Amino acid sequence: MQAQLDKILEEAKAQLKEAATMAQTDEIRVKLLGKKGKLTEILRGMGKLSPEERKSTGQMANKVRSEIEQLLEEKFEAVKAAAKEAQFRLEKLDVTEPGKETILGVKHPLTITIEEISKVFTNMGFSIAEGPEVETVFNNFDALNAGPNHPSRDMTDTFYITEDILLRTQTSPVQARVLMKEKPPIKIISPGRCFRCDTPDATHSPMFHQVEGLVVDEGVTMADLKGTLDSFAKQLFGSETRTKFRPHHFPFTEPSAEMDVSCFKCGGKGCRVCKGSGWIEILGCGMVHPNVLKVGNLDTEKYTGFAFGMGVERVAMLKYGVDDIRLFYENDMRFINQFK
Amino acid sequence: MLVPIEWLKDYIDLDVSTEEFCDRMIMSGSNLETCEHFCEEIENVVVGRIDKIEKHPDADKLVVCQVNVGKEEPVQIVTGAPNVFEGALVAVALHKSRIPGPLHGQPKQEGGVKITKGKLRGVESFGMLCSAGELGFEDKVVPVAHKDGIWILEDEYPLGMDFAEALGLKQAVVDFEITPNRPDCLAMVGMAREAAATFKKTFRYPDTVIEKENGTGKTSDYVSVKINNPENCKRYVARIVTDVKVQQSPWWLQKRLMYAGMRPINNIVDITNFVMLEYGQPIHAFDINQVKGGTIIVENAAEGEKFTTLDNNERTLTKDMLLIKDAERGIAIAGVMGGLNSEIEEDTTTIIVESANFNGDSVRATSKKLGLRTEASSRFEKGIDPNLCEAAADRVCRLIELTGAGRVCQGSVDAYPAPETAKTIDIRVDRINHVLGINISRGEMQEMLEGLEIKVEGTDNIMTVTPPTIRQDLLEEEDYIEEVARLYGYDKLPVTLTKDNSEAGMPREKELRDLARDSLCGMGLNEIQTYSFVSPKGVDNVRIHEDSWERDFVKIINPLGEENSVMRTILTPNMLEVLGRNYSRNIEKVRAFEIGNTFTASLINKDKLPDEQYSLCIGAYGKAEDFYSLKGVIEELLRVVGIRKPIFIAESEYGVYHPGRCARICVEASPEMKAAGEEYEELGIMGEVHPDVAGKYGMDGVRIYCCELMFDAVIRHSDTEIVYTPLPKYPSTSRDIALLVDEDMEVGRIEEIIREQGKKILESVKLFDVYRGEQVEEGKKSVAFALTYRDKDKTLTDEDVAEVHNTVLRALKERLNAVLREM
Repeated sequence: MQAQLDKILEEAKAQLKEAATMAQTDEIRVKLLGKKGKLTEILRGMGKLSPEERKSTGQMANKVRSEIEQLLEEKFEAVKAAAKEAQFRLEKLDVTEPGKETILGVKHPLTITIEEISKVFTNMGFSIAEGPEVETVFNNFDALNAGPNHPSRDMTDTFYITEDILLRTQTSPVQARVLMKEKPPIKIISPGRCFRCDTPDATHSPMFHQVEGLVVDEGVTMADLKGTLDSFAKQLFGSETRTKFRPHHFPFTEPSAEMDVSCFKCGGKGCRVCKGSGWIEILGCGMVHPNVLKVGNLDTEKYTGFAFGMGVERVAMLKYGVDDIRLFYENDMRFINQFK
Repeated sequence: MLVPIEWLKDYIDLDVSTEEFCDRMIMSGSNLETCEHFCEEIENVVVGRIDKIEKHPDADKLVVCQVNVGKEEPVQIVTGAPNVFEGALVAVALHKSRIPGPLHGQPKQEGGVKITKGKLRGVESFGMLCSAGELGFEDKVVPVAHKDGIWILEDEYPLGMDFAEALGLKQAVVDFEITPNRPDCLAMVGMAREAAATFKKTFRYPDTVIEKENGTGKTSDYVSVKINNPENCKRYVARIVTDVKVQQSPWWLQKRLMYAGMRPINNIVDITNFVMLEYGQPIHAFDINQVKGGTIIVENAAEGEKFTTLDNNERTLTKDMLLIKDAERGIAIAGVMGGLNSEIEEDTTTIIVESANFNGDSVRATSKKLGLRTEASSRFEKGIDPNLCEAAADRVCRLIELTGAGRVCQGSVDAYPAPETAKTIDIRVDRINHVLGINISRGEMQEMLEGLEIKVEGTDNIMTVTPPTIRQDLLEEEDYIEEVARLYGYDKLPVTLTKDNSEAGMPREKELRDLARDSLCGMGLNEIQTYSFVSPKGVDNVRIHEDSWERDFVKIINPLGEENSVMRTILTPNMLEVLGRNYSRNIEKVRAFEIGNTFTASLINKDKLPDEQYSLCIGAYGKAEDFYSLKGVIEELLRVVGIRKPIFIAESEYGVYHPGRCARICVEASPEMKAAGEEYEELGIMGEVHPDVAGKYGMDGVRIYCCELMFDAVIRHSDTEIVYTPLPKYPSTSRDIALLVDEDMEVGRIEEIIREQGKKILESVKLFDVYRGEQVEEGKKSVAFALTYRDKDKTLTDEDVAEVHNTVLRALKERLNAVLREM
């Protein structure tokens, strides 16, 4: 009997050594320990034995059984691990293949530029105000101290709908609207579209965008104008940026100025972008003319203010190196996609 | 405004480099466009005399010149210039010389052109005779005397002398940008005054003292002046010059004009132009013999009066135009152009010099009506000080005397009904400091203002100021604040921030537009921006119905062209144009959107302006696009901007879209609208673009999907408030059903009935399959839904679900004849 059991154990060991899969291992298990398995048969046959024999044989058989069970378990673990490993080998990916396309859309570069400018000002406490593109002649000119014979009123400069209605030539009429509606302190910017009779070419567009700003309060000075716009320039173009204010003339401000920033491409050494001067003209500004404050019935002795305005296309062209303004309105996706 | 530095030095002593001059002028308020250094490139060009001219043996149009350049041997030069003669003094570019160029008929080169010896048709030429153009002058400033040939000198110069040195050609010209408030700076005298204030120098006035008034008779013997429209003619000064000799001007005068951008013509014209550039005062000279009756009358023309101007054009005048007349007829259109009938001719001996002041608005109107803009008219338009008339007339006469162009008669005739005086006002030292954020003394301010010839009186805080009358822009205190600011230096003003603590705010409409923009970008759409003005043909292209509101255009009176002549009412045509452009450039797929204003003419808002509404347009084409991909984007967008229950209603009449693939996007009407009988309120429309429309945009056979939402209407219905719903505690049960229905049965209708019947415990219903084909008979379709049931208060039993589910199925069968299929 002992020999028989030893033989079974030896066979089991040999077979298990050969087995490579779960199925083969299980087959061995059935052959030995299943209902008709060799070991099962032996155990079943024990009933015919004498009690003494039964005891010793039982002990022997059970020992072999548990040994086989132990072997089977180990084998199952090994086969499982090997199967997993094989699966991983099979599932190995080429991580250098491109990812699945997930497309994020992109905002128009002019929108991006307006948002960047706006963010700087809203962080400084400016609110955003809006007005219509089709405006009254009054709001666009008269309220802004541009006299009845101001050349910009010409039909060669301004698009008219009627004698009294036009396409705004600047976003400044929003200033007039705010002054007529609100009381100081006023601190707004107003981004939007403007229109002038310019035939389109690389640097001109009959429609363009501006961001205008207005601050009115007690005791606002030209030094505040310089400080605010200098801070704006540093936030938009980088903290190294320097600013230069040159006298200029606008009907709605007095004193008026143009602000140049040190060239953000060359840092002021002179390059193609700044045409060698080291400076780039970026915006017009000035102290609000008392005649404009009077539009809002403000006490011009008590209140002073400053205003400024810049062309969005110009800023975008400079920032991104775009050399033709018409690209903004062609909306070629190969152009738009570059601003992601 | 071209300012030759050499000319400027007639009035002030400048001792700074051109670069520093430019920089400091910019900072004191005279911005400049360019600074050009003339004739810099000229090297080895000398004065020479043509001693001998012979025909070229092999070329009819060439001659061979022997030119004396002060050496023993003459230099042989071949030229094709038509104006050479023996004895002429010329500019000789010797072998190995350099000239600015360009050579005749060639483009301008950086750094100039090198001249070397060579052979012309077999004859050796050791250099070149130069024209003014070749020496760097624009054609329009080359003196009439040699404008079609080489430069022939009038005056004697040593032979062999450096040509540029002899004539003083190397000098800088600064082009200043003059703002409209400073017409006084459109004159040399004005710029010199600015420079004097900037560099704290003394300004010297031009010489206007006539030494000998030795003309025949007195001015008043020849002419009398009557102004019948003093509003439009503030002043008229006339002086008479006899014994006039019309000839070339001396070189110094020609040179001044050339560098200032004008062509020398003859002495009389040149002197009037010179004084115009010097003072900014236009001067007109005409033949006294043509002034009938020795009378000058300034009055309005007769309506329809015919008049021939100097340029030999007959013009029809209107009664609001100011005319200079003699006893019988018009002789000049005031401030615009003289008449052909009184032009100075070669044989003119006695002239009248007119130095008058005409109203800028009147001149502008006349010039515009006639379509005739001249140097004089554009100067009058900008406004000129009438007090300049006399000095300018005297200056003309002084220059005539100095150059020997004629004899000046004694006295002038000066009609000046209401002499202009300067406006004196009080300004405050503390106010100036307050606005500028500085603290400077009265003394400093006074010194700056006096540097601009502003008279300052008064004491302490009050400065009583009187500007020179040329400064028509100095009217109020703020004007003087600017003068102080710019002379103090903007760069010296302190840098501070405002002392407020305001919070930034934003209109809700803008917030929602920004949100929509961000969301659409997140869904993979690119933003576009198109013109607000469009062609009215756009709505034809998209097949908008004849009398539809989309044709209610706000029209531009003076558009650039038909393609930009009306304000857009919808965004769709622009979107299709952009899609078409991209398609034509072989871009295989596009998903784009625009958010922009649209305009309706007959809707007038509270500002009495045409109604402006924001619209949102989406457009897409490409392999992955279909109706439902677009609809998915719209549904998600609407959800984000606060439209929770949009309703899509089939539409087959709207011309833009495929009649079977178009939907109106609506919401349930507000109670007020419902009361008025409206069930829905429309927010927009979407669909697959009609093939005929696609064809109009060069996209034949391309399936395009488009949508236009009236964004302001969306905002009106938007509810972006979010209230949390507790997460479910009890499990849900699902039932999938497949229904056999008629082909044209809308899924929306089926869902509506399911929702209505499953109300209490139906959590969701989701379409997951639509099937046509095998096992489904013709004219029918199979639609499959997943229904999810849940009770928030307990776990549903099979019986609970079955009860409701069977009611749903029964209703579908009874009301829609929807038969349950085996799953």
